[in-house]
Amino acid sequence: MAVPTLLVLVVLAFVLMRLAPGSPFSSERNLPPSVEENLNARYGLDDSLGEQLLRYLGNLARGDFGPSLYYSDHDVADLIREGFPTSLRLGLAAMILALGAGVTAGIAAARRPGGMLDHLLMGVAIAGISVPNFVVAPLLILVFAVWLGWLPASGAGPDASLTAAGMVLPVVALALPQFAYVARLTRASMLEVLDSSYILAARAKGLPERTILLRHGLRPALLPVVSYLGPATAAVITGSVVIEEIFGLPGLGRYFVQAALNRDYFLVLGVVVFYGLLVVIANLLVDLCYGLLDPRVQRQ
Amino acid sequence: MSAAGNSVAVGATPAGSGWRAFFNQSRGVRVCSCLLLAIAVLVVFGPLLSPYAIDQVDWQHIAQGPSWSSGHWFGTDNNGRDLYVRTLRGGQISLLVGICATAISLLIGVSYGAIAGYAGGRIDQVMMRLVDVLYAMPFMFFVILLMVLFGRNLLLMFIAIGAINWLDMARIVRGQTLSLKHREFVDAARALGVPAAGIIRRHIVPNMMNVVVVYASLAVPQMILVESFLSFLGLGVQEPMTSWGQLVSLGAREMESAPWMLLFPASFLAVTLYCLNVLGDALRRYNDALAGSLRGAA
Repeated sequence: MAVPTLLVLVVLAFVLMRLAPGSPFSSERNLPPSVEENLNARYGLDDSLGEQLLRYLGNLARGDFGPSLYYSDHDVADLIREGFPTSLRLGLAAMILALGAGVTAGIAAARRPGGMLDHLLMGVAIAGISVPNFVVAPLLILVFAVWLGWLPASGAGPDASLTAAGMVLPVVALALPQFAYVARLTRASMLEVLDSSYILAARAKGLPERTILLRHGLRPALLPVVSYLGPATAAVITGSVVIEEIFGLPGLGRYFVQAALNRDYFLVLGVVVFYGLLVVIANLLVDLCYGLLDPRVQRQ
Repeated sequence: MSAAGNSVAVGATPAGSGWRAFFNQSRGVRVCSCLLLAIAVLVVFGPLLSPYAIDQVDWQHIAQGPSWSSGHWFGTDNNGRDLYVRTLRGGQISLLVGICATAISLLIGVSYGAIAGYAGGRIDQVMMRLVDVLYAMPFMFFVILLMVLFGRNLLLMFIAIGAINWLDMARIVRGQTLSLKHREFVDAARALGVPAAGIIRRHIVPNMMNVVVVYASLAVPQMILVESFLSFLGLGVQEPMTSWGQLVSLGAREMESAPWMLLFPASFLAVTLYCLNVLGDALRRYNDALAGSLRGAA
């Protein structure tokens, strides 16, 4: 499943890039045709598309992402290595926050469905789903950085290093929609589980509510949440494109749009492949976790 | 079920059916319906009330806050353009995208899912495996690529955005088709010699309209969100046209000196999406409860 997905991903991105008008060398200044021919030959862009695609796939299989056409003297692998740690830290922190807070909120809401807390939490959750994070992010900056002055507006310090205080707002902005999804999923599946007969049996035994919720209810209720983690990874990656832009974080997401505008073929492909790989790995991990959480899955 | 699957109703059992029962579900439903109606009316007719045009520069009032006397009810942006008109005209684009893109995703998703489900067997397997493969992809990246590479025309944007959501729709429709295709009335139609296309169009699709409508209503806010995301990145609609996402993006750059440039479009976008989501949710709960009571009665 993973290999064909990646293959389709690479081929689609490759074809799309090449169908588009414009070339990587046309934007800077008007190059004499001979120079452009030389450049094309240097990067192997004058062969037939099929040959180029095969060569690219071959290089990829050996872990070679190719050179960047725009940032000359940089390999795509170098640029990814440079930008990814920032994106990873941001994304991981957001995922952990979304999961922790979301599951907690979901359980809290499911304890008394229809109650005050339930209405409040689910109201917040719908807001988190509806209001896009590129709206939340500037509002957070406006309130906490400009008006109150509690936190810095930019994630990166003066020497482009990340500060813990500077990461708070971007992480919160990135986590909010995922928090909302996780909370809703947890609540819905928790309610379904709490309705089942073995919970009734646990209640009849007189187990304390806490044990019922956390020991008996939580594990099956987490299954839908776990299967949502794959899409959540993809959403966090997409979200990081704007969040990094807004907070001026030197991550990988920022490269993507700029690289596509520059027709930096190998950089765009590299980022797509890299992120595609991440999503595929996340989906694999999810499948594994699913088996761990639910023994019935393995028997099939 | 979508990621936000929420099949357990919060004490919502509609007494009877129809619009009245839907609106009686909760106060939130009524408030959101009214808000949404107000926004829609304002967006469609509101620009007519203002003397300013969307790209008209008022040199006397550049980056001015909201004021009643100047006629700039929402203030002006840093080019002296009236923000009231721009916010509402931007809303026209955003709402249009929401509706058109949803229509496109419905068209693709319903026909794909119905064909796969009705054909069954190997065709079904291949078609759904393709959906699985596409599902695992970071789809936004392709939309961004499409928009960057092929210029920014409105039609392409509708198609690109609509093309994201059809996967969910296709899965749901396929499931529904599977459960419908062995019902008596389908067998009867087949026995009468109705061709497959006719059966799908006349007998299968109309019978799952309630489910499709529920998911379409939840897709509209998603589509608006994607459009504003693209516009925020500068890849959506182009000047002099505008949309909420683009206005938010412009406002975010000026928020320290002119916070109203951010706050007006941001609140319009947020309130619209919030209401659409609440209504979509309510519609689903209503539909679930209705299906439950029908099953109970049978």
